[in-house]
This record gives sequence, C-alpha cells and structure tokens, in this order.
Amino acid sequence: MSGLAQMVDEVRARLGGRRWLIGVPYLWYVLLVLIPLLIIIKISFSEMLITEVASMLTWRQGWPSLHLNFDSYVFLATDTLYFDTYLSSIKYALATTLICLLIGYPFAYFMVRSPAHVQHTLVMLVMLPFWTSFLLRIYAWKIMLADDGVINALLIHLGIIDGAIQIMNTPTSLMIGMVYSYLPFMILPLYANLSKLDMRYLEAAADLGASPWKTFWLVTVPLSKAGIIAGAMLVFIPAVGEYVIPELLGGSDTLMIGRVLWDEFFSNNDWSMASAVAVVMILLILLPMAILNKYQTEAAR
Amino acid sequence: MNNAFAKSWMIAVYAFLYLPIITLVVYSFNASPLVTVWSHASVKWYVALMADDDLISAVKLSLEIAFLSALMSVFFGTFTAFALNRYRRFSGRTLLSSMASAPLVMPDVIVGLSLLLMLVSVQHWLGFPDRGLFTILLGHALLGAAYANVVITSRLREMDGRLDEAAMDLGCKPFQVFRLVTLPLLVPALVSAFLLTFTLSFDDVVLSSFLSGPGYSTLPMVIFSRARLGLNPSINAAATVIISVVTIGVIALSLYQARAARQRKREMALVYSESNQNT
Repeated sequence: MSGLAQMVDEVRARLGGRRWLIGVPYLWYVLLVLIPLLIIIKISFSEMLITEVASMLTWRQGWPSLHLNFDSYVFLATDTLYFDTYLSSIKYALATTLICLLIGYPFAYFMVRSPAHVQHTLVMLVMLPFWTSFLLRIYAWKIMLADDGVINALLIHLGIIDGAIQIMNTPTSLMIGMVYSYLPFMILPLYANLSKLDMRYLEAAADLGASPWKTFWLVTVPLSKAGIIAGAMLVFIPAVGEYVIPELLGGSDTLMIGRVLWDEFFSNNDWSMASAVAVVMILLILLPMAILNKYQTEAAR
Repeated sequence: MNNAFAKSWMIAVYAFLYLPIITLVVYSFNASPLVTVWSHASVKWYVALMADDDLISAVKLSLEIAFLSALMSVFFGTFTAFALNRYRRFSGRTLLSSMASAPLVMPDVIVGLSLLLMLVSVQHWLGFPDRGLFTILLGHALLGAAYANVVITSRLREMDGRLDEAAMDLGCKPFQVFRLVTLPLLVPALVSAFLLTFTLSFDDVVLSSFLSGPGYSTLPMVIFSRARLGLNPSINAAATVIISVVTIGVIALSLYQARAARQRKREMALVYSESNQNT
C-alpha cells in the first residue's frame, strides 16, 4: 500500500513540477513576445490620433463596432519609397549573407582542418569580437573609413591615391560594416557543422578516385547543407531589419527598412505607420525564420 | 588546397575582425583629436573621461540594468531550457520554442517597437509602468533569456542522463535531483549565460532607445548619440576601457571553463572506475 501511496505522491510531485516548468516560461514569452506582436498588428490597423491610437472597438447602441483602418497599409503600398526600401534592405541583406558565406565557409573549413589543440583558441578568437561591444566595433569602422580616416591616410601615404576617396556613408561602408558584424554568425554554425563531418566519407571519396576539389564540392558541401542554411538565416534575418549599422556607416541614400521604422516612430511619431512597416517586415522574414526553425529542430535530433 | 593558402585566408579574416578594434585602441592614446594626425601619445582622453558626468552616470545605469537583467535572463532561460528539454511532448511546445527563439533572430527594431507598444497599452489600463529602468530591464531580460536558453540547452544536451536516473534510483525526489545533481553540473553554463547576457545588455542600444524614458540614458545610448555626430576621442577612450575589461573577462571565463571541464572529466572517470571495481 505504501508503495502505491509513494507512487501517487511522486506522480503528483512530477505533475506539479511540470506545470511550473512549462507554465513560467510560457507566461513570460506570451506576455513579452506573443501579445506585443498581436498589439503591433492591431495598432497597424488603427487610426493615429495626435498623441494616441484611436480605439478600434466602439459601442454603438449596445452593439460593438469594429473599425479597421487600412490607411497605413494603403500608404505603404502607394508610396514607392517604402517598396524601394524593402527591396534595397533585402538586397543588402542578401549581399551580406553571400559575402559572409564566401568568406566564412573556407574559414570554417580551415578551422576544422587545423590541429586539434589550437581549435579551441581559434573558436575563441572568432567569438571574442562577438562579446565585445557591437556598437563600438561599428564605431571603430568610422575611424577606418572616414575621409580623414586610417585607410585613406594609408593609401595616400603609399601613393596609391592622390586625394581622399569617399568610402564612408556609401553602400561600400555599409556592406563592410554588415559583413564585419555578421561574419561570426556565419562562421560558428558552419564550424559546428563541419567539425561533426565524418572524415570517412572524404576518405571513401578519395579512395574511389575523386580529386580533393571534387570531394569538396560533391561530398563536403552537400553534407554541410544544414550549417550553411543555419548560418545564412542567422545572418539574413537580422540584417534585413538592421538599424545601427546603416545609421552609423550608411549614407542618406542607402535605404534600409529598420531606419524607416525608426524614423516613423521617433521623428514622425506615427505608431500606426511604424507598426505597419514592422508587420510587413515580419511577413518578409517569416519564411526564413520557418526554415531556420526546421533545420534547428532537425539538428537537435 | 594547400596549407599556405589556408593560413593566409585565416590570417586575413582574423585581421579583418581585429584591425578596427586595434586601431580604435591605438588612437585612444593619440593626443590630437584628429585621426590622421598622430601628435604624441597621451592619456588626456582618459583623464577627460573622469570628468564626463553624462558618461559616468550612464555607466552606472548600464551596469545596474546589465546585472539585474542578466539575473532575470538566466532565471527565465533556465526555465525555458528545462521545459523544452525535459518534456519532449506537450501541447504548445512548438509555439514555446518558436517564441523562445524569436527574440534571437528578429530585428531589434521589431522587438523594441512591439514591446514598447505593449507596455504603453498596459500603462494605459493600469497606470504603470512608466518608461525607465524597469521597462529597459524587461526588454534586456527578454533578449537575454533567449540567449541564456541556447547556452543552457547545449549544456543540458551533453549532460549524462544516467546521473539523474542513478540519483532517482537511490531515492532522491525530483527536486533533490535538481538541487544535488543537475544544478551543480549546470553551474558553468549558468555562469557563461550570466556573463553573455550581461554583455548583451551592456551593449544594447536599439531596445534601450525604444524602452527608455526621459532621464534614463544607458551608456550605449550616450555613445550612439555622440557617434552619430562623427568621430569623438571620448568614445575611443571609453571603448578601450570597455574592450579591455570584456577581453580579460572572456579569457578568464574560458580558462575557468576549461578547468571545470577537465575536473568534471576526472571526477566522472573516478566515479566510473570505482563503480566498476565494486561490481
């Protein structure tokens, strides 16, 4: 009997633990992720009064009446500035992803091939800039790229150019900053993936007469697909909405949607418009996020 | 692919990652405020930092927020990691895991805007919270919890499940298993999650800008507003201080973790060899 009582106790204790363990994080994320997202969707369909958002639901003769206001979306669709900005954000984010992959893949591959005792240090050296302030590292590029900056001074000193060339506040400076900031996000998942690669496949390919180059393209790259996708998504998604880098390194003509959202909110005080810009941005990154989620769950298995 | 090519590729990438930081540090000791003119080495910008009241009060606020939000991040991150790893099946598990990873990848401006508009609605109904320390804290804790979840999850996955089972077989209650077995093994992950979320909070400018109210400027907000206007020697000096502290911290942490991992391995080997002798 006491055995049964103990079992009942245990089951009850476990269920109690389970309820808390799942309930606490659930409440946290519903309050701080889900509800805020629903609220911006709601506000994007609301009319903007001068200091606050108009109420959507009004009571008319005892019946609720819902006001959906599509002004913000109509404006988004008709003003070509927004369309151009979304397009150019995607363009910059894609270019960043591609360049990060071109630099990061060989790098991760060489890291894995390095002697085992230095690998830990090599990984640490990639992660260290990731720990030091992102903002300060972007600011550091201002010193490098300014008209009177280090790179111009160096080029003039070497006699390669006569006068300062403008790098700052151009798409070039923006791209340098983006690639620089997001490169570790590409390298680390690729490294994690490649270091788990079964070397016997490579040996088998070599035994069967494939050249190292052919082995690389036909065996290594396809096997590291999950790492490539994870890295690409981790770079692409935040890059689309990046605000700080275009603000500090980009020019007034390098359009990025994160900056437009910021201005709608802080300069124009138009919450409804800012929310609509955000909602469309979420729709754009939903597919990449779903792909990332799928590969992460697969990798976890 | 030959070795020389591999080596030069790696050196080039490391140079790309480190040269801007090194330049920043070097120029913080330049007496001239102009980048191109190196007059002579000087610590005058560091001396000027001491008198920079805006910067000093921003540092205090940032440290306070970073410490508290890191504690909150580790707390909620641990909960999330346990819920997602201990229970493979429950209704809404996919929703929880998507919500937990959303702050990691979603652009900061969206997280900031949506959180702020939620907090404004709450304030509308309840009269609190006012924008300031608490609201910034919530934003940082949300972002931090998502990162802490990743760090703690990876540790939970590599932990030996047999130890928990052994403890339960020996009569431990679930909570005792957690307190006596799981938690001690998890400490290194909790420490690195704390430090990571601390630095994330100390570094954040976008969430803080959305969530802050008048009178609450964090250090990155002050740096950002100065950097927008152009190059500023005071930032170079402040940056050098921050970068040195973080670098020393990260190196110390990695040494501590390497030692902890070695010790754990030794202890495990000892336990298994003893149990083999007994049987």
